[in-house]
Amino acid sequence: MESNLITEDKQKNKLEKAFEILKTMASKPSGLIGLTIVLFHVVLALISPYIVPYDYKAISPNTMLLAPSAEHWFGTDSLGRDVFTRTILGGRTALTVTFFGSLIALLWGGLLGIFCGLVGGKIDDVVMRVVDAFLSIPWILAMLLIVSLLGTSTEVLIPALGFFYGKGIVRVARAATHDVIAKDFIVSARARGHSNMSIIWNEIIPNVRDAILVEGAMRWSWMLLGFSSLSFLGFGVSPPTPDWGLMISNARGLMSFAYWSVIAPIVGLSSLIIGINLTADAFAKALGIDRSTKAPV
Amino acid sequence: MNEIIESVKNLSIGFNSQKGKQISILKNVSTNIKKGETVGIVGESGSGKSTLALAMMGYIKQGLFPLKGECLFKSEDLLKMSSRQLEKIRGRKIAMIPQNAGQALTPNLKIGYQIDEALRLHTDLKKTERDKKISELLNKVRLPSPETMAFRYPHELSGGQQQRVAVAMALAGKPDLLLLDEPTTGLDVTTQAHVLELLRFIAKDTGTSMIYVSHDLGAIAQVSDRIVVMYAGEIVLEGPARKILKEPIHPYTYGLLKSIPKLSLAGLPDSMPGSQPQPGSINEGCSFYDRCNLATDNCKKNSPDLEHIKELDTNVRCFNYKELINQNNNLQTSITKKSNNSEANEVLKLKDVSISYAKQKFFDQLLNKISDQNPTVKDINIDIKKGETIALVGESGSGKSTILKSIAGLLKTKDGQIKFENDRILSSDLKMRNPNDLRAIQLIFQNPDESLNPNHTVEQILSQPLKLYFNLSGEELKKNIIDLLKKVRLGEFYMSRYPRQLSGGEKQRVAVARAFAAKPDIILCDEVTSALDVSVQAAVLNLLQQLKEDLGTTYVFVSHDLAVVRAISDRVAVLYQGRLCEIGPSQNVYKFPSHPYTEVLLGAVLEPDPDIKPKLVAEDIVEEKPPEKGCSFQGRCPRKIGDICNSEVPPWQIGENGNAIRCHINIEELASLQQ
Repeated sequence: MESNLITEDKQKNKLEKAFEILKTMASKPSGLIGLTIVLFHVVLALISPYIVPYDYKAISPNTMLLAPSAEHWFGTDSLGRDVFTRTILGGRTALTVTFFGSLIALLWGGLLGIFCGLVGGKIDDVVMRVVDAFLSIPWILAMLLIVSLLGTSTEVLIPALGFFYGKGIVRVARAATHDVIAKDFIVSARARGHSNMSIIWNEIIPNVRDAILVEGAMRWSWMLLGFSSLSFLGFGVSPPTPDWGLMISNARGLMSFAYWSVIAPIVGLSSLIIGINLTADAFAKALGIDRSTKAPV
Repeated sequence: MNEIIESVKNLSIGFNSQKGKQISILKNVSTNIKKGETVGIVGESGSGKSTLALAMMGYIKQGLFPLKGECLFKSEDLLKMSSRQLEKIRGRKIAMIPQNAGQALTPNLKIGYQIDEALRLHTDLKKTERDKKISELLNKVRLPSPETMAFRYPHELSGGQQQRVAVAMALAGKPDLLLLDEPTTGLDVTTQAHVLELLRFIAKDTGTSMIYVSHDLGAIAQVSDRIVVMYAGEIVLEGPARKILKEPIHPYTYGLLKSIPKLSLAGLPDSMPGSQPQPGSINEGCSFYDRCNLATDNCKKNSPDLEHIKELDTNVRCFNYKELINQNNNLQTSITKKSNNSEANEVLKLKDVSISYAKQKFFDQLLNKISDQNPTVKDINIDIKKGETIALVGESGSGKSTILKSIAGLLKTKDGQIKFENDRILSSDLKMRNPNDLRAIQLIFQNPDESLNPNHTVEQILSQPLKLYFNLSGEELKKNIIDLLKKVRLGEFYMSRYPRQLSGGEKQRVAVARAFAAKPDIILCDEVTSALDVSVQAAVLNLLQQLKEDLGTTYVFVSHDLAVVRAISDRVAVLYQGRLCEIGPSQNVYKFPSHPYTEVLLGAVLEPDPDIKPKLVAEDIVEEKPPEKGCSFQGRCPRKIGDICNSEVPPWQIGENGNAIRCHINIEELASLQQ
């Protein structure tokens, strides 16, 4: 009876904690705006296929480059496709690819960083120099090489982006681990004879989790920009799939007289990036990690 | 002499809680500081002593605000002044000496420049006059070679020297009132005694009034004319220092004084139950009600006022103080502890242990050895018997914690052997030890804030060793955890708490429980009480002793505090610069003849008694490295006899009391010298 009470208490604590963090995030205007934007985009990505007014790939010579009107809210593009339809669908691929990409970046970057921070010594030195070497390669060139060799399917893009954006997380996770391993509770676990895996899992991860999650959230917004750049260059999503990067690329030549076909995807992309950034900042503040004043943890 | 320079009237300071309630940290505090007087403000952490002291210089921490009352400095209210007006007073009229001078001094500016800055701001002296004044001030605070000292950076100075620089800076503006916030906490015993002596001298020499804030009644006793005792934001006792320390008539002060371990007493100090209430948790009645053994029903309902007793010149906040006036003669009592039988077998032997922090050179790395001729710790030979408490004592840098880490397997030894049970050699590498040896030796750390994972509940913390060593799970695991909590006098409901929800003493109890979870043979205690308040310290010491008597555990107890060591240990080993100076049964080590270093340490101990003044026999220089040849204490020894001390390692001599001393002076001669 008593034990049930305690476990219940603990679970409630976790839920309550999550709810409390959300509440703290929403208590400041910037956090509230960020959360709203991100939520809006996520919901839109989920329901957009069912609410779009037109077929996103329906080409029509009769409706080329129409200005915004009651029928076509955001006008039409150079192939006569409805810009509104393509804009609300255009975030789906980007969101999915970058979300899973960030997860991969978090996993390998976080775990490798924690491992390096814990073991230190030669292994740490070698791994960190390799990471440094990769940091010095312009990621976009490397991505272009990978994509041109392996194609532009999501199965290629997700791990490739995840790999390139995880490098920075390695450094953050390693630094956060360094702060923690000097503490006596790690020494205590070591002296008891716990294995490295057990120390990482029980003692380190609960204490560096917050810092790494915040970093991951920031990486997500950068990856979104990176993915759109690839699409813009023609190496991301293949036509006719609607994508903001691709839409901007296609319409940029017509900007002077058909501004609407460019503005809508730009607003879509930048609002999502701003939203994620604001949310990540509010998240960091709610967890007590202030990115503006000090390093994580 | 009787002119009042600062007076606090009915001051209350508080904050708004998250629920919008007003919670006061200081409640209706009134006191006066006379000219030339040193007032000690004493209390445990959270008693509001620092808040009061800071308010006395018109400073209120962010988030706090004055609720009512005033702080009159020469009949002007500091709390109503603009920051411009305060600027003129701070530094010139009221100066402050911070707790940690190492952090208060700007690291990239030279000492001389920083003092010059204080002079420029607070005096109208010209450049040449200021230069003269700087060396005058450095001289006054007794820093060696003041001329060159001015050109040094803070990091080139020792902790005691940094504190002296802070004193010099505070004196630059010739203040009327000097505020000292725990100025000697964190310094070594000998350094602390020297700094206090300096402060006392300055108070007398310049006629400056001082407010000395500290949790350490020993330090307060050395400097104060008058003592203010704070508890839960209230003054509970105020009066002349001698009266307060010798005949405390408030139950809290009485309990506090009894819970301080004393050199003259061999047993454990009495502990006070419970802990200080959180701000805002007491609505009616006396705030000390829960912990008081004089409490009556009246105390629960009504809160006593501060009552002035004319014949004692004392203010006291207690209904029943009269009961204490008569029973005050028994401050000098202690709980006798059971000593182990000396017949027991040795459980741990350190044989010629040396430890080096030197980095391995390339060739040494290949040969897997360390070629350091002058290691940090050298030639340690200690045999530890089953069931005894052996203490390693010394100042910072004496290698006491280093030895402890080596026993725990956290630090590799350079030479020598650690032998465990039946002379089995224990590897100094953790990974080479078998699980049962790891279980047998457990560690308790100094600071429970750092030694408990902040993201684990008490249940998770205690289940770690139980799962690792005994593979327990489910109901059995839970039963064991509850048993452990009971052993350290904590209730079952602590299981779901996080460390941040516990008080310092409770956290340390959890740490103790975690060590005992492994059913260890030896527990290594690294300064386990130094981060705790005095009354909590006594309780933890009593708990450790009780557990030892019940379970027959062996303790290796590391501490810088000689009085604490005296209270808990059976045997004491005194270390200086990683070399043993003296070792023997504790009652004998505390008696003469003793090693000159032990003599210095014993002389510097601060006791909460105005009649026992520290004896300053040696300089408080800090040595960075142990000497390469000769006696380890040659650099500071007040009884150095000549070249032999510099060239030859002194021999061990066994005194008639059974303590072994490592000194060139003949032990009988030493005895007559120290009489």
